[in-house]
Amino acid sequence: MTVTSGPAGSSPHGILAPSAPGSPNDSSESVVRLEGVSKTYPSEPPVDALKDVSFTVHEGELVGIVGPSGSGKTTLLHLMGTLDRPTKGTVWLTGLEVGKLSDAELSALRAGRIGFIFQQFFLAEHQSVLDNVADGLLYTAVPLSERRDAAARALESVGLGAKLSSLPTKLSGGQRQRVAIARALVGSPAVVLADEPTGNLDQATGASILELFHELNEAGATIVVITHDRAVAAWMGRIIQVLDGRVVSDGPAGEWKRATGA
Amino acid sequence: MNPSLAPARLRARDLLRLSSIGIRTRKLRAGLSALGIAIGVAAIVAVLGLSSSSQAGLLAEINRLGTNLLTVTNGQTLFGQTAELPTDAPGMIGRIGPVTSVQYTGSVSNANAYKSPFVPSIDTNALSVDATSLGLPADIGTTLSQGVFLNAATQDEPICVLGAAAAQRLGIDKVFQGERIWVGGMWFYVVGVLNQAVLTSEIDSSVLIGFPAAEKYFNFDGNPSEIYVRTVDSAPQVNAVDSVLAATANPESPNEVDVSQPSDALVAEADAKAALNSLFLGLGAVSLLVGAVGVANIMVISVLERRSEIGLRRALGATKGHIRAQFMSEAILLSLLGGAVGVLAGAASTAVYASSKGWEVVVPPLAWGGGFGAAIVIGAVAGLMPALRAARMSPKDALWSV
Ligand SMILES: Nc1ncnc2c1ncn2[C@@H]1O[C@H](COP(=O)(O)OP(=O)(O)OP(=O)(O)O)[C@@H](O)[C@H]1O
Ligand SMILES: [Mg+2]
Repeated sequence: MTVTSGPAGSSPHGILAPSAPGSPNDSSESVVRLEGVSKTYPSEPPVDALKDVSFTVHEGELVGIVGPSGSGKTTLLHLMGTLDRPTKGTVWLTGLEVGKLSDAELSALRAGRIGFIFQQFFLAEHQSVLDNVADGLLYTAVPLSERRDAAARALESVGLGAKLSSLPTKLSGGQRQRVAIARALVGSPAVVLADEPTGNLDQATGASILELFHELNEAGATIVVITHDRAVAAWMGRIIQVLDGRVVSDGPAGEWKRATGA
Repeated sequence: MNPSLAPARLRARDLLRLSSIGIRTRKLRAGLSALGIAIGVAAIVAVLGLSSSSQAGLLAEINRLGTNLLTVTNGQTLFGQTAELPTDAPGMIGRIGPVTSVQYTGSVSNANAYKSPFVPSIDTNALSVDATSLGLPADIGTTLSQGVFLNAATQDEPICVLGAAAAQRLGIDKVFQGERIWVGGMWFYVVGVLNQAVLTSEIDSSVLIGFPAAEKYFNFDGNPSEIYVRTVDSAPQVNAVDSVLAATANPESPNEVDVSQPSDALVAEADAKAALNSLFLGLGAVSLLVGAVGVANIMVISVLERRSEIGLRRALGATKGHIRAQFMSEAILLSLLGGAVGVLAGAASTAVYASSKGWEVVVPPLAWGGGFGAAIVIGAVAGLMPALRAARMSPKDALWSV
């Protein structure tokens, strides 16, 4: 069963792709779709990191992926982000079958339709916050001045409108992660994929980042967050729980909360 | 295939910014790694520039002296003795059409010149005493550095003019009233000193006296031993005169006459200057090689250090080609910076040295163009392997293994 989050409005910030009006149920577009996906790492011994995983992320959803360490969450994110290919099964991104695309086409796909957020932020220390965010559009043929305009708007939307010319080294961890989030959002991607975005942040800052994801989702962004954070349920619309390479539950955050007693 | 999935081309400006990241963030390291190329290019540019400049200097000198001077020298007889030129040879030569001026000297072999009578007679200082015609300096392309030359009034007096080297060896750097030297057992007064005679260096070590004086004081027979012939200044005319000169000078035995063109030696020297100092070129090449290894080395390190940047760029949508282009152009830029510094340093040292010698400063296009070209090629070669390595990196390994 696929459950989606509440209705999503159009972006008040003007940088996010406007989502389909009304309830994003069966009528809404599938952004990421996995069908019978398995991943075996050819190490010695081989590791079955994912076993027969199937689910669909629809436009406008805010999905949390939870599970213990080693359960296959990051592997799942690699496959959704086209950074790796499944051993078995099929992955579709915005309706395109990943297995049929070349490396260069997948790069173009990532450039235009996927935004990544990492635990370690990965900001360029020698360039301003604005240019860090503008580089989110570097590989999309958008001219520099437009990239900067879009970056300024994205930074505005994550609450850093006053820090455009700061260097990342002058920012707090939470602010740096906001810069990274702005970089992921700047091209209005079809989906934003975040792996442990709060892993390097203290509890309160982490919670504020999750709250930001919630706001951005309200504004229309489709976001998938991998997290250990116990506060996750409060902000996500849907939780996919992974254990030992399998999806063990998938449903509204409220259900998961009740079932796990979190 | 989905047309919207065509990877975007990087704009030139973006590529330039990307390729300068490594250099901007690690300035000292970049500078040191480009040093080898800078030194190599500087050495090569300086060698090419200096040889061209000195060649230009020599050609200017040849131009000033003219290539239309021919010399006729008494050669050897069939029996190995010194042959004599007939006394009427200069007159005969003067009648050849394109000849514009004829001057001559005769070796006064029974006289030697000394600073004073007290100098032992074996200390001749390798000076020669020669009788001369009166228009010699202008004909051979030299001038007087001091005093006057012999003239119709002084040519039968015990009066002499010194070649540049002769004056130096006799210790005469200024011609004073009454300055005299001891020639063939009597005093001769010095009235002038010549500047260096580049085309006819035998004049430099000569003590020149008049033909009548030589005949009067030393029983000189009046036979010329060198005849200096100027012709109309065009190569065919010079050659035409050259071909008839021996027969005209000595119709009875033309093979006892040597004819030469003194500027030939200078032209050959100028050509030799163009044929470069291979030692320095070799050093430059070795330095370039070392520089290439330095750039390659720094690029390999840079690629390893910047794994996460590379992974991030791939995640942001860079293709392998984008990554390859970034690191290739970084290597080329680094090497070009070294090349630019090298060209400037090489040109500057050429300029300083050439102007100190009074030569025209010539840095041939081959030198600076070659310097930049070599830098680009070296950068491309040195950057290729690291760039391919960077492009091959798996983005997920680069981003999740830190
Ligand atoms: N490159 C690899 N080669 C071999 N095994 C791997 C590789 N990457 C991951 N694994 C294994 O696959 C399994 C799933 O790993 P994955 O990183 O997806 O887990 P995770 O849920 O993200 O864990 P964590 O919460 O600790 O980040 C683990 O057992 C891991 O050891
Ligand atoms: Mg993980």
